[in-house]
Amino acid sequence: MPIALVDCNNFYVSCERVFNPKLEGKPVVVLSNNDGCAVARSNEVKEMGIKMGTPWFKMKDIAKRHGIIALSSNYALYGDMSARVMSILSTFSPKQEIYSIDECFLDLGGFDPQSLVAYGQTIRKTVKQNVGIPVCVGIADTKTLAKLANHCAKKGFAGADSVCDFGLLNEAELRILFASIPVGDVWGVGRQITEKLLTMNINTIQDLRAANTERIRKQFSVVLGLTQQELNGIPCIELDGAGTARQQIMVSRSFGTSVTSIADLAESVAYFATRAAEKLRHDGSVAASVCISLRTNPFKEDEPQYQRSLVVPLSQPSDDTTKLIGAALAGLKAIYRSGFHYKKTGVMLMGLQPKTAIQATLFDDPIEQAKSDSLMHVMDAINQKMGKGSVTTAASGINQRWAMRRESKSPDYTTDWGELPEAS
Amino acid sequence: MPYSLHQTITSPAISKQPASTPLFGHKVEAGFPSPADDYIEGRLSLDEHLIQHREATFFVRAKGNSMVEAGIFDGDLLVVDRSLTPTSGDIVIAVIDTDLTVKRLIKRDGLIILKPGNPDFKEIVLKEGQELQVWGVVTSTTKKFV
Repeated sequence: MPIALVDCNNFYVSCERVFNPKLEGKPVVVLSNNDGCAVARSNEVKEMGIKMGTPWFKMKDIAKRHGIIALSSNYALYGDMSARVMSILSTFSPKQEIYSIDECFLDLGGFDPQSLVAYGQTIRKTVKQNVGIPVCVGIADTKTLAKLANHCAKKGFAGADSVCDFGLLNEAELRILFASIPVGDVWGVGRQITEKLLTMNINTIQDLRAANTERIRKQFSVVLGLTQQELNGIPCIELDGAGTARQQIMVSRSFGTSVTSIADLAESVAYFATRAAEKLRHDGSVAASVCISLRTNPFKEDEPQYQRSLVVPLSQPSDDTTKLIGAALAGLKAIYRSGFHYKKTGVMLMGLQPKTAIQATLFDDPIEQAKSDSLMHVMDAINQKMGKGSVTTAASGINQRWAMRRESKSPDYTTDWGELPEAS
Repeated sequence: MPYSLHQTITSPAISKQPASTPLFGHKVEAGFPSPADDYIEGRLSLDEHLIQHREATFFVRAKGNSMVEAGIFDGDLLVVDRSLTPTSGDIVIAVIDTDLTVKRLIKRDGLIILKPGNPDFKEIVLKEGQELQVWGVVTSTTKKFV
């Protein structure tokens, strides 16, 4: 059963380019919160050898020499553009799994296997025209292979023009292709695993495919065993199943029966936000914004349809459950409309970064750092003594002090009436 | 509507009050349902009126007076649908010299022309081989007086 992985090209940079055509063809990086490090790169920047996650201070010189344009991240914009892309993609398949802000899996079971490349091109064309975002499509029988097919589509391997369908290649052709791709390019194979695989003389994807499954399972993990089976075309990771790498944290459910009241929705949203916050803390990460989404059942065509999502940025990246719930509920309140039968809500935490990195970049100045630490103590003391009500005022004051450093953020083109794009 | 960050963070509690209960709410007391019940269809929405393809629709602010004859004035709000294929006569947002511009698209004698709606402005005629990059089709405009 064919699965497509649709992935937006250099998503954050592409979002910026839709509204600012001056960025077209120029080297562009988008920096993480507090302008810490590169979280998105245009192809021009990739070609200069600048890696993902490079700290801004380390590339300032090369940036100056090559005229690289550095932008602060604009999660309100990316969140809205993501919601548009995902909504359009959902019309191409009855089953969609949103894997991260810029990629999703689509179930293409039941489609004519010979016409999938053409279908992929239609998907590309539609997304590009309707929202201006370029995407690539990888098609294969398992999620791991679909990821890989997407990689090939992006790189133009196997003659692919931004759409790559492994289903059109025979086993001999696949073997040649996989023997040319390093094993580290496989979904879920991180650096540590790659290094260990290299010592076992497993260098390419073909090497991993041909390796002894029992040995892989024993020396590594069950998960890598599954990955290997997936590379051999045996589906092991179901659509909607748990992913391996984590770029966004998404918690969403379909309701057994439809839900209409905001009180019921709020309950589930708070629960999802709590679950997401637990995952976040488990990873030792903080989130920069919370995306809340809800929709009716698109397959009940006789019922009025509504779907909306909204990104609520946090004034400061956080892993605090109450803050994440607060943002999620405020978002729900803004997008909820009465009179609809809701089928699904979801909470997605975006802009994830290691908590340690945040603490390091928030304050360059050790004196400032000490001051803020004592501020935190004061806040906690007030919190304990006078109860939760007092925290709000204390917190808002502190938040202003800690306002994020986002020196070159683009306007909120799609979420703020005062910041719309202009045409003369 | 711009978000107040502080509000979003400091007010986790949500109103227990139902937002509103306008639909299908007629009480049957005298044995006969209100004849109006069959006709309740929800209030008119400007969004529905002006927006055909929600995911592909963007708002753009008009700047300057190059399109006054088309009824587009400085500061007007343009509703732009990217999913529509532009045809001759449409008002479009196009990318010219990396800037967004609003003009009427005219295809005449094999030429592609961006025609301003103001005699003070010059037509932009595309050179042969030059590709016009249409950003979207302007489907309506709105203007606020108050």
